[in-house]
Amino acid sequence: MRKWLVQPDFVVERDPERCVQCQVCVRQCANDVHSYDAEDGAVLSDSARCVGCHRCATLCPTGAISIRQSELEFRCNSNWTPGLIRNLYRQAEGGGVLLSGMGSDRPLKVYWDHLLLNASQVTNPSIDPLREPMELATFIGRKPDRVAYARTDRGAELQTVLEPQLELPFPILFSAMSYGSISLNAALALARAAHETGTLGNSGEGGMHRDVRPYAGNMIVQVASGRFGVDVEYLNRAAAIEIKIGQGAKPGIGGHLPGEKVDAAVSETRMIPEGTDALSPAPHHDIYSIEDLRQLVFAIKEATRYGKPVGVKIAAVHNVAAIASGCVRAGADYVAIDGFRGGTGAAPTVIRDHVGIPIEFALAAADARLREEGIRNRASLIAAGSFRSSADVVKAVALGADAVYVATAALVAMGCHLCQRCYTGKCNWGIATQDPYLTRRLNPEVATRRLVNLLRSWAFEIKEMLGGMGINAIESLRGNREHLRAVDLTEAELEVLGVKAAGVGA
Amino acid sequence: MSGTGGGGNGNGSGPRKRIVAVEAYCIGCRLCEINCLVKRSRSRKILKAFRRERDAVVPGIRVEESGHVSFALQCRHCDDAPCIAACITGAMHRDPATGAVVCDESRCAGCWSCVMVCAVGAVRPGKKRKVASKCDLCMGEEMPVCVAGCPNEALRYEER
Repeated sequence: MRKWLVQPDFVVERDPERCVQCQVCVRQCANDVHSYDAEDGAVLSDSARCVGCHRCATLCPTGAISIRQSELEFRCNSNWTPGLIRNLYRQAEGGGVLLSGMGSDRPLKVYWDHLLLNASQVTNPSIDPLREPMELATFIGRKPDRVAYARTDRGAELQTVLEPQLELPFPILFSAMSYGSISLNAALALARAAHETGTLGNSGEGGMHRDVRPYAGNMIVQVASGRFGVDVEYLNRAAAIEIKIGQGAKPGIGGHLPGEKVDAAVSETRMIPEGTDALSPAPHHDIYSIEDLRQLVFAIKEATRYGKPVGVKIAAVHNVAAIASGCVRAGADYVAIDGFRGGTGAAPTVIRDHVGIPIEFALAAADARLREEGIRNRASLIAAGSFRSSADVVKAVALGADAVYVATAALVAMGCHLCQRCYTGKCNWGIATQDPYLTRRLNPEVATRRLVNLLRSWAFEIKEMLGGMGINAIESLRGNREHLRAVDLTEAELEVLGVKAAGVGA
Repeated sequence: MSGTGGGGNGNGSGPRKRIVAVEAYCIGCRLCEINCLVKRSRSRKILKAFRRERDAVVPGIRVEESGHVSFALQCRHCDDAPCIAACITGAMHRDPATGAVVCDESRCAGCWSCVMVCAVGAVRPGKKRKVASKCDLCMGEEMPVCVAGCPNEALRYEER
């Protein structure tokens, strides 16, 4: 075999004392790491093919397999890191754009980890959420500038006509993942979990598969630059419509679903011929200004008779606050901002790892800008881009988010091990694949249950954290940065975040 | 072949707990076969069972595969079980408590009549001992081990 400069990322170790040659690993690895040698009656492993997804180790009935990071170390160099050297070898070999899946794994500062929450002591009582009511209900949509009441025989009556609102049981939605990038079973599980808990899923830009339509009342549908699967029924079926301008993992660039993946079902859902590449252009070719965006927002509102919120999703980039303001002025009922660490099924590695800004800054800046301009009530803000725990959600709400989008956490709940190889279509967990051998590995009933459990447990945790702060409604925390304190951040960072350093009192 | 008639559990007809395969979610890992083999081994410990009894124990469940389609098949515990009717010694009988079709190994003569009449190939000749080997719904367990151990819930144990 020809030796190659790229050495394996992982070492697959098999404990001969424990391996019983049952071959479960052989049958489960789509990357053909494991094979059975009938002559020797032995199971062999080829570490070079391992992506570190842990499918074999998880299913091995005797715990005989362990997977370690390769210990082949380069000479210590803080500038030429092993990742950079390996990427150069790969590019020299293949001559193409390197791809990655999931959000950026670069060791940049995660600002959520530098923010800490407040709690009540002595001077203000904390609340026990198990004994007292605790409200997490969240409303997404344009709020009126003022409310007018009239006195009638039946008491006070609201005279202001309210814009359409999305009512969520907690400030968490599933973010956009298209059918095509994920399997139908994964899409179904997300839609069912949203339906069961009363929150919303998001179709992504690939249209809505027939089987997902029964849950459309709990789905946001996307209109992206490729306009895949968009017709008036698609828009009217959904709870809300989202114009996708950008994605945190790949701001400024489009998408490309290769023709090989456009099978009969994907072709029908996306409304494109079978076997053709599904190209999402980088910009919407009819949107070159805020005025153009406004035309599309109102075209969609007309098509849905002003009955549903229309949102705009943008990637967090340098001028995000001004862009968010423009989106609100274009008529968006909510603005979703996707941060630098947001996930993807496939993105050029160099874009994923070097373009955009962290969601913490983007959210703080956009919220502050909309307040300054007096238009914060005109649109809800949904933050996206790597919410890893309920604490991140609470911190985001305190920074100004009305709700957050989660996707990676939801995929992990379904079994994803963040191997970052979504773009290969060989997802051993049956999530990011259309291969019929692999998609059946995700039982949507099991996955739905796991997603519902995740959402419920986060909701409980959020209630506990709110109770500790002495707050009995998530509305009271929204944009309340007094409940955040920062550790180990510079003056400049504190200023953008609008948060005081830990130790500074009220 | 005579159906014993009437309702209830013990006589073969009527609803009772059965193992149901969900073909759409079978991933072909064969952990059901492995768990069954361990359950039927003397030690009931996976390492020892595979080292010493792998060639002696016949699992009562088998995964059938064709392309990406697969499902686990075991004795259907038929209401009108041909293996009971064909048994020359009366070893194959219905357990009165659970309604499961089971083989009394002390009486089995190893004539393989049951093996020949089973329509789904769920009764198999023993490897080392000359007795019929088949699923007994893990008598004494609350949940058959194949169902309990299926990583994708492609096997269910439910009243049907």
